[in-house]
Amino acid sequence: FQDQAEQFFRSGHTNNWAVLVCTSRFWFNYRHVANTLSVYRSVKRLGIPDSHIVLMLADDMACNPRNPKPATVFSHKNMELNVYGDDVEVDYRSYEVTVENFLRVLTGRIPPSTPRSKRLLSDDRSNILIYMTGHGGNGFLKFQDSEEITNVELADAFEQMWQKRRYNELLFIIDTCQGASMYERFYSPNIMALASSQVGEDSLSHQPDLGIGVHLMDRYTFYVLEFLEEIHPASQTNMNDLFQVCPKSLCVSTPGHRTDLFQRDPQKVLITDFFGSVRKVEITRETLSLDRDVAGFESKFPEEELATEPLKYAEQLPVAQIIHQKPKQKDWHPPGGFILGLWALIIMVFFKTYGIKHMKHVF
Amino acid sequence: QVQLVVPMAVIFGPGSVPGDLPRSLPFRDVQEMEISVNLRTSVTSRYEMRYRSTTGQEEAALAAATAREADAALHPLQDTTLGSLTMYVVPETSSLLPQGINVYVGRHRSALVRAVGSLAALQARLREVTQLMSFTASSIAAALSDRVPDGQLSPDARRYLKSSLGYEITFSLLNPDPKSHTVDWDIEGAVNCYVKPVLDKLSLVANFSVDSQILYYAVLGVTPRYDKESSSFLLSAHSLPHVINPVEARLGSSAASLYPVLNFLLYVPERSHSPLYIQDKDGAPVSTNAFHSPRWGGIMVYNVEAPASPQASLPLHVDVDMARVMEVFLAQLRLLFGLSREEVPPEFLLEGPGNEGLADWELDHLLWAHTVENIATVSTTLTSLAQLLDKIGNIVIKDDVASEVYWAVASVQSAVTKLSLGHLQAAFQASKEAVTSSERAFFDPSLLHLLYFPDDQKFAIYIPLFLPMAVPILLSLARIVRETRLRKKEPTKMD
Repeated sequence: FQDQAEQFFRSGHTNNWAVLVCTSRFWFNYRHVANTLSVYRSVKRLGIPDSHIVLMLADDMACNPRNPKPATVFSHKNMELNVYGDDVEVDYRSYEVTVENFLRVLTGRIPPSTPRSKRLLSDDRSNILIYMTGHGGNGFLKFQDSEEITNVELADAFEQMWQKRRYNELLFIIDTCQGASMYERFYSPNIMALASSQVGEDSLSHQPDLGIGVHLMDRYTFYVLEFLEEIHPASQTNMNDLFQVCPKSLCVSTPGHRTDLFQRDPQKVLITDFFGSVRKVEITRETLSLDRDVAGFESKFPEEELATEPLKYAEQLPVAQIIHQKPKQKDWHPPGGFILGLWALIIMVFFKTYGIKHMKHVF
Repeated sequence: QVQLVVPMAVIFGPGSVPGDLPRSLPFRDVQEMEISVNLRTSVTSRYEMRYRSTTGQEEAALAAATAREADAALHPLQDTTLGSLTMYVVPETSSLLPQGINVYVGRHRSALVRAVGSLAALQARLREVTQLMSFTASSIAAALSDRVPDGQLSPDARRYLKSSLGYEITFSLLNPDPKSHTVDWDIEGAVNCYVKPVLDKLSLVANFSVDSQILYYAVLGVTPRYDKESSSFLLSAHSLPHVINPVEARLGSSAASLYPVLNFLLYVPERSHSPLYIQDKDGAPVSTNAFHSPRWGGIMVYNVEAPASPQASLPLHVDVDMARVMEVFLAQLRLLFGLSREEVPPEFLLEGPGNEGLADWELDHLLWAHTVENIATVSTTLTSLAQLLDKIGNIVIKDDVASEVYWAVASVQSAVTKLSLGHLQAAFQASKEAVTSSERAFFDPSLLHLLYFPDDQKFAIYIPLFLPMAVPILLSLARIVRETRLRKKEPTKMD
């Protein structure tokens, strides 16, 4: 029991969070959504509640019109495992998955109207698991086929998190082509990173399913999932075993990891430190002795009954005002740099063509 | 540099004055100590002591029969500002303190100390008492835990709740077996009678909101073992960490507030698993039958007695003894905040706080820790904001962000000044305002570094676009200049 007691406090975290991001849109990127949902399922199974998971899926595969099995997302051929389930909670869906929203979630610079489920409310004793998947390249990850996040921006976001002590330890897993380039630029302490492929290599997908018509999972995440299926909340497996998952013979690409920023030895870091939520627990030995005969209690700060007026809706569309509005006077601004430059260009070309002696006709 | 000043009064009762006083009473003395947190940060503590002898009223109060009565009688005669301490020194042979007890700490901000022969020994004892009642080096280091290098911090230091502007407390009743038990708990009454006094006392520290719920068919994640000797079911200590997770998913968290949530769960075991006891690491059942998790909350197991006759009709009606339950929950609340009485030396006698939940000096203890923590947080936040602004030169600071930053700086300076004057309450309020302003400034949505391009990115985008376009323009310009120069030279040549 003694070493288990020590283990209670070996890692300094008291809660776990997970941020799972799928960045690809379109039906043929089914495997990225299946990747993310598989990790989501494992993380929930090992104990992290939905309130502590921020799940971002860039497209809806389960209810996609091209899905022959609606309301399901399978991770294994022969449709063995439906990772969509009936209790999945997607926090950022479809077009809400943008680089800006992702960075806002990480740094906490969120508009005040955002609901609690869309926020990462971690503190200095939170271990955070960040899993990203999609299409990537050397130093960037593509979001929604229209923008990208660079490794420098990601490293800066982690530094902002560290400055504000928004994490105790961070595990970053990325499953994209050339994934190792994304963790090259990290410089904040207590970050451990895993990637599915090195710079210059592509991450390959695992198996197509002829019934659904697309590839179902990526290789790296498939083998990570097989590894995680054997983990239960009390298991003592450590990170070194996770580093061995998916060797080159199975994965074709070479998975990489980075532990130089991490302070503890990966041998002593449990998988459940990041994937599960094993709480530190202490036996309560003290009680407070209360005086049982207490009549009513007069609070020093009685709650005042505020006189409330009946609520009414604000004027939604003041039509009368709009119809009779005069057009707003727009302030005149002198033409800016680009316009000036364009006109200068036009004038130059004109006088070059027709000769400078014509200028005296102008003036 | 932060200086924590504790104003103290040391009052000598008749017959307790030590022989070797440097001056005659009354006189003042100052003791300073430095608490170094890391290489660059240190906090100095300064105890400003006023020594004097008792007045007539105090003498009459000290003549009471027990220490508790004396404490109650002395309370109206004391200085009750937050952060100040009063020590009454009673003669060595006094019967006010029981045998073997040298210090009695009351519910308010005073203590009765048994005299010792020399002033130095008395001062050593007084130092122990004041450290217990205000702050110790380890409590300050715990408040500044993110500045302390990792190896040096004791594991206890990481588990207390961080200073926050508010907390949400949720009481949940878990009934996994509604077919066997109909559980009735008068939570509203219990909250009004027992919880509200404690929260009122803590209202200086933060805003609290309380809610409650009942969950049916919520099981613990662990199957308890049946123990034949005691014919009861046991939950061993190492299976406790896995109990919370399956329940937590069903607890629900308040969607409206962003304050940390403290969950207190009352679990009534199923008929088939009754009675259920929590087993210590040594194998003994825990007397409170409860456990808590730092920064999360606590769980108590409430066993229902087996019905007298086995043919009693199910479901059994259970009326929960709320006083017993609240004794445990409020003790857990104290432990979550870090107010534990475990490391008290044996010759100290601490008066129980009663229905108020915590003694005045424990409230001071919390305020000292939270004020220091708030000041450290504000300085870290503002420093990192300044670094961010340095890095991205063209970030736009809105007026309200700027005013929040100015207000935060002014508040934190005022907090440090007030701490050095010994006004704990004002310092705490100032530090709270400073934290609110600095957090608002730092987390303003407009300061996202993504929205502002560094200058080199601008060059990288616009040069490939405009350089090819600019080449013929520049060449034409060069030609124009050359031609005008030639033309200027020609007239002189011809002449």
